[in-house]
Amino acid sequence: MEKSLSFREFIITRLIQASGYSAILFVALIFFFLLREGLPTLSEVETSSLLNVRWYPIESYFGIFPLITGSLIVTLGAALIAVPFGIGTAVYISEIAPRWMREILKPLVELLGGLPSVVLGFLGILIVSPFLRVFLDLPTGLTAFTGSLLLGGIAVPTVVSVAEDALDSVPRAYREGAWALGATKWQTIWRVTLPAARSGVLTAVMLGVGRAIGETMTVMMVTGNAPVLAVKLNSLFSPVRTMTATIAAEMGEVANGSTHYHVLFFIGMVLFLISLVVNVIASAVVFRAKKRAERILS
Amino acid sequence: MMKLLARNRHTVQRLGFSFITLMAVVTVLPIVGTIVFILFKGGSAISLEFLTGFPHDGMRAGGILPAIIGTLYLTIGTAIFSVPLGIAAAIYLAEYAKDNALTRLIRLAIINLAGIPSVVYGLFGLGLFVLFLKFGTSILAASLTLSIMTLPVIISTAEESLRSVPQAFRTVSISLGATRWQTIRRIVLKEALPGILTGVILGLERAAGETAPILFTGAAFFLPRLPGSPFDATMALPYHLFVISTQVPEMPIQIQYGTALVLLVFVLTMNVIATVIRSRARAKRQW
Repeated sequence: MEKSLSFREFIITRLIQASGYSAILFVALIFFFLLREGLPTLSEVETSSLLNVRWYPIESYFGIFPLITGSLIVTLGAALIAVPFGIGTAVYISEIAPRWMREILKPLVELLGGLPSVVLGFLGILIVSPFLRVFLDLPTGLTAFTGSLLLGGIAVPTVVSVAEDALDSVPRAYREGAWALGATKWQTIWRVTLPAARSGVLTAVMLGVGRAIGETMTVMMVTGNAPVLAVKLNSLFSPVRTMTATIAAEMGEVANGSTHYHVLFFIGMVLFLISLVVNVIASAVVFRAKKRAERILS
Repeated sequence: MMKLLARNRHTVQRLGFSFITLMAVVTVLPIVGTIVFILFKGGSAISLEFLTGFPHDGMRAGGILPAIIGTLYLTIGTAIFSVPLGIAAAIYLAEYAKDNALTRLIRLAIINLAGIPSVVYGLFGLGLFVLFLKFGTSILAASLTLSIMTLPVIISTAEESLRSVPQAFRTVSISLGATRWQTIRRIVLKEALPGILTGVILGLERAAGETAPILFTGAAFFLPRLPGSPFDATMALPYHLFVISTQVPEMPIQIQYGTALVLLVFVLTMNVIATVIRSRARAKRQW
């Protein structure tokens, strides 16, 4: 009895341990397969033409530069919307709202996070883009800005929930200390609670940006899909094409193993590396902040 | 002077609070608006034929049954792989893992999995499951792809839920002679179950609504019959909505709204269930 119990315990512990390690395995597998299918690009397409400004795969122009700028401009726009509104809403939910309001708002924000991006894209095509075309007097409503607007909506729930968690985990004693010293609630929020939750809020921003850069369906549906270089300010109001949308739109039509196929995987590799960098930085920030907090508190 | 300052900062507070409240309203109103709008617009498209019929006339008429069933299959397929693996990984992190470099690497990997763009998951699924393992464009390949994508959501919510169980529960159980695994299974998991369930449903909800990962791994443009095995491709609601709103010319708007409505109801139902489970568990909790 005693022995079989400990044997079962041993097996289960090992299984659980293996499951824990599986996350590392999956990241490695993903990276490996992206490399495997994406690296042949470097021998098939010259580096100089890869960094060209022309993406026109039918005639073997594989310049991914316009796709990168397309992704950047849409993401930047989305971040400018999602960060202030996300943090503002998080502060409202965690610090200002009465309890009943909080109970309504939190699930609602979560609901937005669960809205399928294809539904937002669908509404973007039918409602947002015709509205923007008329309202801003543009030749087409399918622009980078339309994408930013909807992507902002997609990134907001991420920012809100992570930032709200961070604010929530600030010990109540911090706030009480500030109130006892005569600070108003508002002063407490800005000078005590938010700074104390700084690392979590920063993580929220990073994760929101990461979510926006990786979003595919909405941007494919509403940004107009024109692979042109987006470096000027008014590019925001013209059609662009992001890296994610390019993969999604073209992968279905290419022959497996062709140059075009390899280049699309190469773009996937670039996206993977971008998300890797964003996430490593985000978690490094958290880690360092934790260390610092431990030092102060001890 | 002190009085003026005091009044001043209270005015600042009032203004600030109004501003923040306004921001929250602006953030939340569009969500409610979107849902109400689609419920309103799509409601008239819903009929028995729409829910139980096959599409015909180049999808411009008929129902969306194969897409509904397909999304159901994909969601179940995703659950089969991601739920046991995700919960086990969460148990490892919350109960067993020591704070060392390896654990930090696991956490980093999970954060990375959560951040990888959904379309990159699609590429990975195409490379590994469809081509390398030769599953073909199939429910199996798409479910596996979606599972890995869902994993970080399940792991992180489940871990959080496990950690929120007070340490005293474990100490008491162990001191009564229970083994570590007995403690986890009978005490910790039982207490953490509602939180874990919430995370599972939220993860699956995301999988059900995703399009990009299944684009090249399992989604079919149109199928005349229901998929018969895990190795068949399938139609799916989100992909169907994408197809009929961008790829099919002269698509009746009614069917588009109807499809969006069904997808939304599918996802919202899961979301509401998750929310109810969590709030009921919170109300019951005595610690």
